[in-house]
Amino acid sequence: MAEINTGGGGGKHDGGKVRSKKVSTRVDMTPMVDLGFLLITFFILATTLSKPSSMTYNAPDKTKTEETEPLKASNVMTIFLGDNNKVYYIFGKAANEDPEVKTVGYGYELRKAIQDNTRKVSADKFVAVIKPTKKSTYKNLVDMLDEMAITKTQRLAVVDELTDSEKVLLKDKVKLEI
Amino acid sequence: MTAMTDVAFLLLTFFILTAKFRSQDAAAIETPSSISGIKVPEKDIMTIGLGRDGKVYFGIDDAPNRIAMLDNIAEAKGITFTNKEKKDFSLMSNFGVPINQLKSYLNLPKEQQATFKQPGIPVDSTGAAASNELKDWVFNARKANNDLRIALKGDNLAKFPEFKNVLATLQAQNINKFNLITGSEAPPAGWKASSE
Repeated sequence: MAEINTGGGGGKHDGGKVRSKKVSTRVDMTPMVDLGFLLITFFILATTLSKPSSMTYNAPDKTKTEETEPLKASNVMTIFLGDNNKVYYIFGKAANEDPEVKTVGYGYELRKAIQDNTRKVSADKFVAVIKPTKKSTYKNLVDMLDEMAITKTQRLAVVDELTDSEKVLLKDKVKLEI
Repeated sequence: MTAMTDVAFLLLTFFILTAKFRSQDAAAIETPSSISGIKVPEKDIMTIGLGRDGKVYFGIDDAPNRIAMLDNIAEAKGITFTNKEKKDFSLMSNFGVPINQLKSYLNLPKEQQATFKQPGIPVDSTGAAASNELKDWVFNARKANNDLRIALKGDNLAKFPEFKNVLATLQAQNINKFNLITGSEAPPAGWKASSE
């Protein structure tokens, strides 16, 4: 592939002239090409993978108060982000009505819980209220918002203050001191 | 094969030249991942970093804007910076130093800057207190470049109250929409983005 054409390549020709034997100028380029492709692969992968993505976070405008219909507790799933990557949720009842507190982990369990509860009421009525506690991490919140995107929950709210009855509830049922 | 090799090396040159090497960050931040496929804009971006220990870092793109921002904040705080300090500042992609320590930080030799433990930019829970310096940076950065979009880059292990402080600071300035920078992750099998 990368040789220089040396003409007859030495040896005897008819005509009888004696030529000095020429050394072949062929260079084996295979290792260089291999290395080239390796580098290409590296750069292609490195450039596309390092690009981070982002999710939009819309916080409600604090300067405006909009009058909305009061939520029905039967449509609301309140999700508490607890410590040690645990999620506690109540569904269908307000915190002072002695609801059942369920504990799930992030990922599949949480997704299934949201989907099951969405199915119980219709998807357009289902409301998720996310309440991150002081002990939860930023990752927990992002994971939670991601689950919302996966389950296509349209109506959600992130509320960072727990009511007194919710604090009592979490303390009594799952021993989580807020 | 010669033609293919030529093309391959052309591509290699292209990728090497376009590859961007990560600039020195004030702190290593490991972001959580999400299925969201929205790319972070390259231009006109303000990045607020939230480290694993809750320290807040701040940075905007583009060196001229950084100088304009520093000029604005110097005027507001009554500090003056020399041209050399401004130039050094414009080379930092992000930083986590309170304003009163910024001058001495900029005057440190390069090696010491790298090992200096940055204390983070002070924030508070109301977002409007006089001690909250993040609000000054955000305000003056937007004054320097009005098109800035805001991205928040939080670490996995940052606690929620620390995120809430940053959120409060932004909301106090009536910024209600911003991006959370995350890594990419594949959505679960069979999942489709809704058509809306």
